[in-house]
Amino acid sequence: MTLATYVRKRVLVSIPVLLGVTALTFSLLHLTPGDPVDAVLGFQEVDPDVRESLKAEYNLDRPVWEQYLFWLRDALVLEFGRSPITGRDVGATIADRLPYTLVLGGAAWLCSLLIGIPAGVVAAVKRGEPADEVSRIAALAGIATPNFWLGLVLLFVFSVRLGWFRVIPPDAPLLSPATLRFLILPTITLGTASAALVARLLRSSMLRELNASYVRTARAKGLPERTVICKHVLRNSLIAVVTVAGLQLTLLVDGAVVVEQVFSWPGMGRLLVGAIGQRDLPTVQATVLVVAVSVVLANLLVDIAYAVLDPRIRDER
Amino acid sequence: MALLEVEDLVVQFYTEDGVVRAVDGISYEIERGEHLALVGESGAGKTVTSLALLGLIEDPGEIVGGEIRFRGRNILECSDSELRSLRGNEIAMVFQDPETALNPVYSVGEQIAEAIRAHRDVTDEQARRRTVELLERVGVSDAEHRYADYPHEFSGGQQQRIVIAMALSCEPDLLICDEPTTALDVTVEAQILELLEELVEEFETAIQFVSHDLGVVAERCDRVLVVYAGQVVERASVDDLYYDPKHPYTVGLMASIPRLGADRDRLPTIPGAAPDLIDPPTGCRFHPRCPYAESCCATREPSLVDAETGTTATPLEAAPTAHLAACHEYTGALEDGLDYDVVVSGEDEGRGESE
Ligand code: SF4
Repeated sequence: MTLATYVRKRVLVSIPVLLGVTALTFSLLHLTPGDPVDAVLGFQEVDPDVRESLKAEYNLDRPVWEQYLFWLRDALVLEFGRSPITGRDVGATIADRLPYTLVLGGAAWLCSLLIGIPAGVVAAVKRGEPADEVSRIAALAGIATPNFWLGLVLLFVFSVRLGWFRVIPPDAPLLSPATLRFLILPTITLGTASAALVARLLRSSMLRELNASYVRTARAKGLPERTVICKHVLRNSLIAVVTVAGLQLTLLVDGAVVVEQVFSWPGMGRLLVGAIGQRDLPTVQATVLVVAVSVVLANLLVDIAYAVLDPRIRDER
Repeated sequence: MALLEVEDLVVQFYTEDGVVRAVDGISYEIERGEHLALVGESGAGKTVTSLALLGLIEDPGEIVGGEIRFRGRNILECSDSELRSLRGNEIAMVFQDPETALNPVYSVGEQIAEAIRAHRDVTDEQARRRTVELLERVGVSDAEHRYADYPHEFSGGQQQRIVIAMALSCEPDLLICDEPTTALDVTVEAQILELLEELVEEFETAIQFVSHDLGVVAERCDRVLVVYAGQVVERASVDDLYYDPKHPYTVGLMASIPRLGADRDRLPTIPGAAPDLIDPPTGCRFHPRCPYAESCCATREPSLVDAETGTTATPLEAAPTAHLAACHEYTGALEDGLDYDVVVSGEDEGRGESE
């Protein structure tokens, strides 16, 4: 099977998963205690006529499966209705907030790879030497530190005390230098645990791979040790790391909720927390859907990365 | 000067249970184009000796003594970069299990081409073309297309052909084959051995053929070194060894080959297990398993002597064809002597089919 066929297959397989995710998100409305109309209204008192017209507007008088199809059709074109709290179009709000979370998550992910991979390689190659010990202790600390605590400490030390960074995001476009500079601390906060995990995982899988016969073959060919490690061993070792990276992405989403709160970062996490607090159900629904879909897509990317790294995967199934 | 001279090689492994002397004073030489076999049970030190030639003994192992001279130059004193330019270029190795010897995530073509690029000043395209030629030469059909295929898309026999192509890619002077057919089934084994023979003929490569199976070695080698517990116990030309084995251990090894048909004093399999190399037996290391052992065997270590004259002979100093063995029989210390007969049954020389 070629890579393209494999990718096509994986994409097809994700479609039912996506449908499942939308069904779950949709059912949030009906799982919320009380009348769905109350939920749509943000639990405010209104007169019965308004309720009835709302019922019709939101198709709440139709059977549930029809409601789902209507909702799905709207969701496909990012039509999530208006927030009963702010009166704003939910789709527009999401469009504002999503880039912030994507940039923060992407930066944290990059940071975890840029730190985690070299640290893991060094720890494995220098096994038992001081570099390995340092990496081990740093990784343990990184994994054990709760991110809200790390975020608060960084914020306190570098922003409040030293004044190197602003305490809240600047009033500037997302990709402006000022905002990107502000992003440094949240990125470290969110990326540390992942970097530590990547480093540890990579170390152990490299140690396993280093004993493989193909490594001896590579050395027996007269390849420089750098090539042996960075070409032959690393690629095989990354396969194990990538499999776990799917789970990692979910952690990043979890983490974003907390870290965005600490750094007042106007992303999806903060939007979600705010919306839950205000019982703004359409916003909660839309946010959860976007996050869930991103996780599914991210997992799809991981699957593809897996197949790019390991040709044997393409031939399975 | 021989192509390769190994002198008093000692390799130790530091394990939790103690120090294992995997190789304990092995000496031999290989002439240009010669085919030498290293034969013995697993754990006798054959593979370790082979890896030492490439400077590939790794932690917790260490070469603690001796010299390995390749074209007169001591490999053990080479720098890392000198070793690298030797490996795969002048000395190459074909490993036991081709499936694990190949990296699963790179195409077979790339794995051969990278060896060429490492040693020759070639463009990527030239390396590629040479690789395709090599693949064709070792019998991979449709080599042009299969260049980009991955190891798992080939059968075991084809994988070993690819490993052989890789080993011969830089036309080495010495090719080490470490049990190259153990992982393959019998018909494939015969094909691979035939291919190897053709190729070393064509490339005029010397071979160090490592095997536990005297039968496989018989047709393909000029001389045989029988190794037991990290030491050489017998060295002879193939004919001498087959028709007139001098060491009881060699006789034991031969007993497993069908064409040795004597009933009397035949050792069906060698009783007992290979010795513990952390605390090897005193005297002759083979004595706990030797049917001819006498009291002197447990106390005095027999040295390697010329089996004809009984004079002490080191492999490097004795004539290359001299028949050497390490047994008290030839130092005159044994009272009852060795009473085995070697009967060669039939003229059928189908040795490749043993096992
Ligand atoms: S020296 Fe003794 S124990 Fe050793 S092989 Fe000869 S007879 Fe057997």
